Amino acid sequence: MALEAIIGLEVHAQLLTRSKMFCRCSTDPSAGPNTVVCPICTAMPGVLPVINRRAVELVVRTGLALNCSIASHSIFARKNYWYPDLPKNYQISQYELPLCRDGYLDIDVNGQKRRIRIRRVHLEEDTGKLYHTAGNESRIDFNRCGVPLMEIVSEPDMRSADEAREYLVALRQVLRYIGVCTGNMEEGSFRCEPNVNVRDTESGAKTGISELKNLNSFRAVHQSVDFEIARHTRLLQRGETVPRQTRRWHPSDESRGGYTDVMRSKEEAHDYRYFPEPDLVPMRIGDDWLSEIRAGMPELPQQKRERFVSQYALTPYDAGVLTQSLEFAQYFEAAVAACRAGQVAEAAKRVSKWLQGEMSRLLNETGQDIADVPARPEHVAELLELVEEGKLTGTIAKEVFEEMFRTGKPAPQIVSERGIEVVGDASELERIVDQVLADHAEVVAKVKSGKTQSKGFLVGQVMKATRGQAVPQIVNDIIDRRLGV
Amino acid sequence: MELFHRTAHELAELLRRKELSAVELCDAVLGRIEAVEPRVRAYVTVMADVAREQAKAVDARRAAGEDLPPLAGIPLAVKDNMCTVDAPTTCSSKVLEHFVAPYDATVVARARQAGCVFTGKTNLDEFAMGSSTENSAFFTTCNPWDLERAPGGSSGGSAAATAAGEAIIALGSDTGGSIRQPASFCSLVGLKPTYGRVSRYGLVAFASSLDQIGPLTKDVRDTALLMNLLAGHDPMDSTSADRPVPDLTELLGRDIRGIRIGVPKEFFAEGTDPEVANAVHAAIRQLESLGAIVGEASTPTVSYGLPTYYIIAPSEASSNLARFDGVRYGHRTSKPVADNVELYEQSRAESFGPEVQRRIMIGTYALSAGYYDAYYLKAQKVRTLLKRDFDKVFEQFDIIAWPTSPCLPFRFGERGDPLSMYMADVCTIPVNMVGIPAVSLPCGFSSGGLPIGIQLGASYFEEPKLLQVAYAYEQSAGFHARRAPLGASCGGEA
Amino acid sequence: MRLSLDEVRHVARLGRLAMTDQQCEAMRDQLDSILAHFEALQELDTDDVEPTSHSLDMANVYRDDEPAPSFDRDRILANAPKRDDECFRVPLIMEED
Repeated sequence: MALEAIIGLEVHAQLLTRSKMFCRCSTDPSAGPNTVVCPICTAMPGVLPVINRRAVELVVRTGLALNCSIASHSIFARKNYWYPDLPKNYQISQYELPLCRDGYLDIDVNGQKRRIRIRRVHLEEDTGKLYHTAGNESRIDFNRCGVPLMEIVSEPDMRSADEAREYLVALRQVLRYIGVCTGNMEEGSFRCEPNVNVRDTESGAKTGISELKNLNSFRAVHQSVDFEIARHTRLLQRGETVPRQTRRWHPSDESRGGYTDVMRSKEEAHDYRYFPEPDLVPMRIGDDWLSEIRAGMPELPQQKRERFVSQYALTPYDAGVLTQSLEFAQYFEAAVAACRAGQVAEAAKRVSKWLQGEMSRLLNETGQDIADVPARPEHVAELLELVEEGKLTGTIAKEVFEEMFRTGKPAPQIVSERGIEVVGDASELERIVDQVLADHAEVVAKVKSGKTQSKGFLVGQVMKATRGQAVPQIVNDIIDRRLGV
Repeated sequence: MELFHRTAHELAELLRRKELSAVELCDAVLGRIEAVEPRVRAYVTVMADVAREQAKAVDARRAAGEDLPPLAGIPLAVKDNMCTVDAPTTCSSKVLEHFVAPYDATVVARARQAGCVFTGKTNLDEFAMGSSTENSAFFTTCNPWDLERAPGGSSGGSAAATAAGEAIIALGSDTGGSIRQPASFCSLVGLKPTYGRVSRYGLVAFASSLDQIGPLTKDVRDTALLMNLLAGHDPMDSTSADRPVPDLTELLGRDIRGIRIGVPKEFFAEGTDPEVANAVHAAIRQLESLGAIVGEASTPTVSYGLPTYYIIAPSEASSNLARFDGVRYGHRTSKPVADNVELYEQSRAESFGPEVQRRIMIGTYALSAGYYDAYYLKAQKVRTLLKRDFDKVFEQFDIIAWPTSPCLPFRFGERGDPLSMYMADVCTIPVNMVGIPAVSLPCGFSSGGLPIGIQLGASYFEEPKLLQVAYAYEQSAGFHARRAPLGASCGGEA
Repeated sequence: MRLSLDEVRHVARLGRLAMTDQQCEAMRDQLDSILAHFEALQELDTDDVEPTSHSLDMANVYRDDEPAPSFDRDRILANAPKRDDECFRVPLIMEED
């Protein structure tokens, strides 16, 4: 047997609109149950839906980011099924003619580039939420009902749990970059349902697909997919048939490791009775509208990585780390732009090192997001220049940064408040060096002729002139530059 | 003539001249309701208190010198499938027996704004599914012209109320003929506007791609006035047309010389009552004598309209009616249930009537896996063919004319078999399938004194021309002036 | 017979209508005669015909993404057969289906 896992992912992403998909209720998290509801999102008799234009644009934007072809003609359809969190007992969704189809997303798995094809991206509405009471009843809250939801369906192109996770990470990164979804798995604004089965590439034998539910972290996706692959492999090797099922993931706890169990078998699958939604008219995405949406597209992660490499002469690895989140990348660029002296590449290298080192360490320790850190990019640039100019040693700079990270105070303020000794500014030092060089022209001539040991004399003179406050190494550097040695 | 038997435009003039107060008019109509409602049974809910308040408010506004809209103070009956905040909206179904909507339908809001006085909510076939009001879960409405006969349906309550003087004008809804057929049965004018002309927001949906709200009135001018109020774009209804609304009274009285009228031969098929056919042909000759150019038209696929309709309408209905599950509103079973599946199945089986259940079954079947292409998709394609037929006819003609109903008003129970009842809609259904406007207006009476209606249709948004022709005929024929005999003996004070 | 009783039961289940066996049989007979009437449509060649779902040729009807105040909770809950101060209530739902 030569077994191979076949994994496809269905992702549901709540769109970042201000109002719901088909009514004007707010999408803000609300105070209490059923406080952001109206006759439309609770399906009172006689109500009608009206499409939120922004939601359509966000899906098209996603389609463009995922290299999809965008439908010039697209329609909504009713998906009929019965559930108490679905007040119309049909969901307005898309079936034939989705907004986007046939795209791909390139991912990097352990240094290998993989292309995962996207089958379709469509627009629909979210359902309400059910709460279970202590008694024998469930309570229904329709606040979430009608929030715009985007479904992104991949082709079954992934072959391992690692690939599934990387795809999901990359997809979330794209959605966050283009501002369509918060990507928060814990809160359920970004949900993933993997379809997993295993195939014997020699005999062609296949197991039935498991559709996995209840995954609210990347870790859960990785672990559950791994678990399913192992389970299918085991059963296939034993020659047992594996039916198509919907399975629920149970994360590990003290008593046992994570596992899946069956929720329902697919044989009793719903007959959704899709038909075109008669309450809505078709969407036509013409060239003008498409260009408008395209023009509003921010730079995508991959484009940014490539630009960072060429513009800042960073290694692909560094560029990858710096562009992991849009906020991090923006912070980096702002800090580099705030650096005054030297070449861009030099500044970029310093900032990159600092952000990946000290900044990342503190972010990890505090669990903060870079966007919320009080220390601004220009403060970091200023700090790094003080180090570069030799006015602060590396160790002291780290201490200063910790306080800056916490308080947002600029480095000079922290330095003076703490009474840290620093020399005057670089131009002052350079003026003194120039004076010493002018005063000792004969020594200068000796150094220039190759007697470099005479340089010590010049350094000594500068130290004397600064009453020992200058850093000898810096003085050395300035003299070298001046004399061209 | 008693006040309650007069037209809205006559009464509006009296109100405007302050020769009559809205309260007096309201009392006359409420008195008439009290007198004849036990026999006609047009209303599910009479809104006497609301009506009096509205009438008082109109009088106060007029007294204050306000310039009021044309229909201010006119008593209006509302079909009970349009949402109102101040009275239940039952759809004549047990499902919604106690339901009070938290919002007004757009047409109701417009009428309220215009100062109409709401007499009440009128009876209908449950969820507008039927052609006689016999499918009402509460009671059957009687035809004021012959109390042993049906007033037509599904807007039978609105038609009977208007014909009996229990309202001056009324709102109906028309999915397959539900305004025009009752208008024909009750000797009224009833208009099904172009699909999209009037907002559907707040109309409890039967078949979304076919439903349209329209007026039921005693003459064409009243229809024009009420349409002026109803028509127009509504941002709450994505299928409502965003285009100018012409004043429909403008062309009334213009002569119709040179207007080309087509008579589609297929609509006079076998099975049309000879008295109906004769009356309609006579009306067409009358139009010709008024200067219209009459010719034969052909709509070859029209005979497929009925099966097409009985696939599309139930399919959409099966989905539209899914929301009646006993969770957020409506009937919920009192039987103990094990789970939500049982809760839904029991609640729905207990509260939907047989015709509604039948249509849910047809529609569910037509949409279900394996049958969609053969039924629903096929029907949508035939709809395209029907549309082509009509497009072609309107290249040749401005107006088409044919009977509204193939039969005279029938006796209760006469059409017990569902299929034979469906056949009653054969002349009206194609209009909904293609979305054009059509009006039914009185064109005579049978030997037994039963009303007969002629149907006139026009191309999309050609309501002005449609009413121009209808008005010309009406004024020359004069059938609109007759009132149901019911009135003579049991009228209220005028 | 075009429909089996099992099919009728299945459709009734899909439409969430409780039906006794006797009702199913009666329904089958009615549906059969109605479906027979639909057969006529098969006479028409519609292979190259586009379906019409709207009589009007409209497209791109949207609204702006502007939130409006929601409804008062009590008004939304007012018609509920079973509710508490905040929510609608239904029999306990264990898992999906």
